[in-house]
This record gives sequence, structure tokens and C-alpha cells, in this order.
Amino acid sequence: MKLITHNMLTSKSLKGVNVGFPLKICATEVKEVAVDFNPEFVTRMIPKLDWDALCQAAESLGCLNDLPRSVNPNHENDEEFLKKAHHVLLEVEVIEGELVCPETGRKFPVNEGIPNMLLNEDEV
Amino acid sequence: MKLKELESCLQCVEVFKSPKVKLEQYPTSPHIASRMLHTIDTRYKDLDGCMVADLGCGCGVLAVGASLLGASMCFGIDIDKDALDISYQNSCEYELKNLELIQMDVTKLPDAQWNQLFDTVIMNPPFGTKRNRGIDMLFLKTGLNMATRAVYSLHKTATREHIRKKTKEWGVNMEVISELRFDLPSSYKFHRQQSVDIEVDFIRFSFPSSHLPIKCTEKNYLLLKK
Ligand SMILES: C[S@@+](CC[C@H](N)C(=O)[O-])C[C@H]1O[C@@H](n2cnc3c(N)ncnc32)[C@H](O)[C@@H]1O
Repeated sequence: MKLITHNMLTSKSLKGVNVGFPLKICATEVKEVAVDFNPEFVTRMIPKLDWDALCQAAESLGCLNDLPRSVNPNHENDEEFLKKAHHVLLEVEVIEGELVCPETGRKFPVNEGIPNMLLNEDEV
Repeated sequence: MKLKELESCLQCVEVFKSPKVKLEQYPTSPHIASRMLHTIDTRYKDLDGCMVADLGCGCGVLAVGASLLGASMCFGIDIDKDALDISYQNSCEYELKNLELIQMDVTKLPDAQWNQLFDTVIMNPPFGTKRNRGIDMLFLKTGLNMATRAVYSLHKTATREHIRKKTKEWGVNMEVISELRFDLPSSYKFHRQQSVDIEVDFIRFSFPSSHLPIKCTEKNYLLLKK
């Protein structure tokens, strides 16, 4: 599970949960992979993401490095910035661990990089 | 990538070991999958550099193919862990670095989640023949909310007029790209034969420029419980 994926997941469907985002990450295995850098793609994705949640997630995995806490308004021309964003979004992967609902503490397991977001009938 | 090359690549994709009939688990054949993806790529340019989702990805033949054709990110979503495990093996086998897998029920995506987050959605959805009538339309509607460029899907030809009516209501364009024949194992139909051919449409759904997301609250589907 890359951090771009983590940015897309919520526990909002759980009964009684209002926002359910961002899910806390408890990782037991994290891996870094090299992914081809496509500045145009990263630029296009940034406005669709929750930047604070991305920074928090990166920080909790110790891979925030010097990624700025806010998005530079002129980011499409800032290659250094886009490379850092690319790294955090696409190159850091949680292989084993859990995602935790910020409101209820419900845990969603991540195995072999696949988050299991299924809920039981009585949870929705 | 040439069509022939894509097809031979997809021939090595592993498929369901013990398919679950109630989830309508049968793979898109490499022959059909490669033709679908090649058309999406060359005729419509809806894969290269795109953010793609494959709803009900199963063992991932469409998602793997989309990644091979240059999707920047491809997300395979399925309800079944066994299918996703095979997708994962396939993704490792092809050393794909941009294919993400999520175990989730596509019919239970919260309202407005992932609205217009993706460029392109591809799918071979369950047809709704296993006590889950309407699931095909629910997949379609979910895909239409997620995509900004287009949704590519397979539907039984018998439902074409119904889909045409619905897409008109939703303000979405629909283009039947081709008519296919699917050779389904007989377990998917109430037949005695070994397998049965059904007619399937390969359809592209796209948006007029003024398009707004379809309201998810309009639940005009019927999901029959066991
Ligand atoms: C017809 S198969 C297609 C598999 C794969 N996309 C392919 O083309 O080879 C339909 C897939 O939808 C999945 N599925 C069925 N119901 C689902 C649901 N509610 N949410 C997510 N996936 C579902 C099944 O597990 C199965 O893998």
C-alpha cells in the first residue's frame, strides 16, 4: 500500500463514524521501491489529495524528510518539490501492518501490501 | 506495445484457482482483454499517463494490461482475498510498480468517495445473474462517479437498451465499441451444457463537458439478498 492509496481510504462507512480520515498507520514492514518519475502525473494528483494527511502519514513512517508541510502554489514548475512528492506518494509502501480508524480504533489489516477495508454487516 | 505482444503477455496472467460462483468469478480471456485495452489505448488514449481503476479486478488481467500500457497508477479493487492474492502474484511476476490492490466491496463505497479522482475506470463487472440483480448497474454508476475521462465496461447485450435509458437519465454518453461472445462455464447459467456462449457489449461511457457527478443517493437498483 502506497501513501497515495492511504490518502484514498477512510473508515467513514462504519456506523457512527463522521469523517474516518486519515487512518492511522501501524506498520510492521515498510519497503521503498523505485517508480518512474512523471512530473505531469504528480502535478495533476496533488490538488486531488489531502496534503496534511499525506505529510502525517509520511511522518509516522519516518519518511517525511524535507517534504514541505504545505503545497507551493507554483508547484508544477518546482521539480525538486515534485520529486519529493513523487517519492512519498508512490515509492514508500506499507507491506504489513494495520490501518486504524481515528474515531473508533477499528483496525483494518494490511497484508502483502493489500489493505482489507471490508466491514461486517453489523458494523455498518 | 503491439496488440500481439500484449496478448502474449496477458496469456501468462494466472487466473482463479477455485472460482467462486456467487461472486461471478471468471476471467476476461487474454484475447478479449488485450483487444479491449489496445483499443482504449490507441483509439482513445485513455491509459498512458492515467490514473486508472479496475473495479472487480479478480486476478487482475485488465489491471496488469493497463499498467503494461503505461497507466501512471492502476488500482485493482475486489471483494475477494483469494482473487487479490493471485493479482498480487501477477503484479510481482510482471514487476509492476504502479499497481495497487485494495480489498473492498465496490457496492459499499461511501457516497462521494473518490468522486472524479480517476481518469479512467475499466471493468468486467459481475453481470448480476447470481441472486445479485442490479450489481452491474451499481458497478457502472460507481465507476462513472470516479472517472473524469471515461468508463469502459462489459455488459450483457440483452441489457443494452436498459443501459442506454439509464445513461441518458444520468447525462452520460454511451458508445458500443464492439459485440463479443463470452464462453461462460455452465455454472454461471442454468444450463446443462459444459459452457454457454453469451453476447456481451464492450462499451465506452464518457461525459459531456458540463458533466457533474451523479447523485449516489438515487438508489435505483435492486440487490436481492439470499
Ligand atoms: C467477472 S469477474 C472479472 C474479473 C476480472 N476483472 C477479469 O476481468 O478477469 C468479476 C469480479 O468481481 C468481483 N466482485 C464481485 N462482487 C464484488 C463486489 N461487491 N465488490 C468488489 N468486487 C466484487 C469478483 O470477485 C470477481 O473477481
